[in-house]
Amino acid sequence: MTKIPKIQGIETQYMAGRERLMRSLENLDRRVFLRVSAAVAAAAATRGVALAHSYQPVMVADAGTPFRFAYISDSHLYEKKLNDRFIRSLLRAVDDVNAMDPQPDFVLYGGDLAQLGQPAELDLGAQILRSLKAPLRMMVGEHDWYLDLGAKWRALFGKDIYSFDHKGVHFVVLNSVVEEDFWSARGLTPMQRMQTVAGLDNRSQSNFQVGAPQRAWLEQDLAPLANDAPVIVFSHSPLYHLYQGWNFWTIDAPEVQRILARFARVTVVHGHTHQLLTNRIGNIHFHGLLSTAWPWPYAPQGLPELTIQMNRPNPFNPQDGCGDGHVDVHADGLVDKVYDLWNRDSIVVPREYLASNGLQSRPKAANVASY
Amino acid sequence: MKPTAMRRNRFFPVISGAVLGAVLVLGCAGKTEGEPREVSVELCDGETTLALAKRPETRAEGQVAADAMMASWRKKNPAGDWEQDVRSRHWLAPMHDNSDVLAAGQRDEHPGRFFSERDLLVWKRETETLVAAGARIFHSGDELGSTIAVSCDMCHPDAANTHPETYPKYQTQIGKSVLLRDMINWCLQHPVRAEPLAENDPRMRALEAYLYAQRSGTPLAYGKH
Repeated sequence: MTKIPKIQGIETQYMAGRERLMRSLENLDRRVFLRVSAAVAAAAATRGVALAHSYQPVMVADAGTPFRFAYISDSHLYEKKLNDRFIRSLLRAVDDVNAMDPQPDFVLYGGDLAQLGQPAELDLGAQILRSLKAPLRMMVGEHDWYLDLGAKWRALFGKDIYSFDHKGVHFVVLNSVVEEDFWSARGLTPMQRMQTVAGLDNRSQSNFQVGAPQRAWLEQDLAPLANDAPVIVFSHSPLYHLYQGWNFWTIDAPEVQRILARFARVTVVHGHTHQLLTNRIGNIHFHGLLSTAWPWPYAPQGLPELTIQMNRPNPFNPQDGCGDGHVDVHADGLVDKVYDLWNRDSIVVPREYLASNGLQSRPKAANVASY
Repeated sequence: MKPTAMRRNRFFPVISGAVLGAVLVLGCAGKTEGEPREVSVELCDGETTLALAKRPETRAEGQVAADAMMASWRKKNPAGDWEQDVRSRHWLAPMHDNSDVLAAGQRDEHPGRFFSERDLLVWKRETETLVAAGARIFHSGDELGSTIAVSCDMCHPDAANTHPETYPKYQTQIGKSVLLRDMINWCLQHPVRAEPLAENDPRMRALEAYLYAQRSGTPLAYGKH
């Protein structure tokens, strides 16, 4: 009998029963496995379960092949005729990633490709990202979304919420920038809505959330996974409460954390904060992404204890504090997060640092600290 | 036809409605002897007028007229609510509370030198308006004159990381010891790609006011990098 170490499938609403079923599959041979998975699919279909993807349980090789993916994030593109600075910065990041040798398995784009959600901005971004050599995985940010509530972004890039498996790791991409409707009652135009959300310190908007429907989807998506399955979640906003005034905050982050809590090895990689940011809550490791456009200051409160701040950006050094980077996924499913800061040395936040709660492999502290 | 029965009185929109109502009543008193006459009141903008069938007799009637005029003015000048608009969008550090100067003490013996609630109100209103104007300009690429749609808040939300308390300090790249306004102008010329502001430009004064206000409570540390 061939041992099937892990079953990674997609959802059914019958989570508890299905989890038991999936566990029972572990010692079945392939032929039986296929028969059972077909039965599960049929069962799901007869219950009218809406499937986000075609139902396709897959057998995966042992988790344990280390790999690397790159990231680019928060480019905030204007149209070229208005401002070419941010465009040149994104091109620099694309060049960085294309120069990686060996090439990363894929590239995560971390959201906020556009500045004001304009179709021309998103088209331009899509055009630039097309020149990446490695496959691209897209995530949406609030700057991409609030002009037309995602219509143009989805037309270009497809679903904003999805999951995929890669070399034994289950990846989930969320849309964490869902805001409650603050615009209808005020009679705001789509552009006014977009401009409101585009202001980081604009308090007349709502806070971000993942929302109940997406949390239910997430729970379903993760249901087939054993507790020791490595999981990496991409969200634009941090999936914890950092600083509400700048939406470094996802309202229902605690609920999302509860869904992720059962996993022994789970990492959340988020954009939006434009800085080196590190956190751990239970077993969940959190890492921020650099922006290609501009760095944000550290928030005045709520900074996680495990965060080693990057040096305060020097305004006289163009693109200082900006950059891109990559993530090394180890055989155990934990990650080293690499911040490739432009015009500076890279900073690595190694897996041992978070695994030891900051006791080991501590990155160097900033000598030009924020204040 | 000359509207002989019309009288024009000027009022300032900045006066609160209640006060304005009272002024309106007083303004008409003594000028309309005998039978009630139609009156027209004119706002200090020289354009907005309100025709009244008779002069207001009571404070309440005066208030109604004042509110109607202000509403009419606001409708024509939607930007007139800019300060309220700024406050609804942005966090502004609270101004220092000066109420201790109202406490009893030596002032009782020197009645000509003490402050009133009204003084405190004027200080607060005037200062906060200047700061709010700074916040408005800080968040507007258009008002800053940016040629590339960049505003200060894109790197400095809530004016974070601007450090007004550290000036003067020597900036190698500028080649001299600079004041906050010099650094504001450097930012305008480089990241914002706008023309620098004259030192006494109302926008520069407002920007400086906003940056200092947001750092309220931080000790001065001149020369700090």
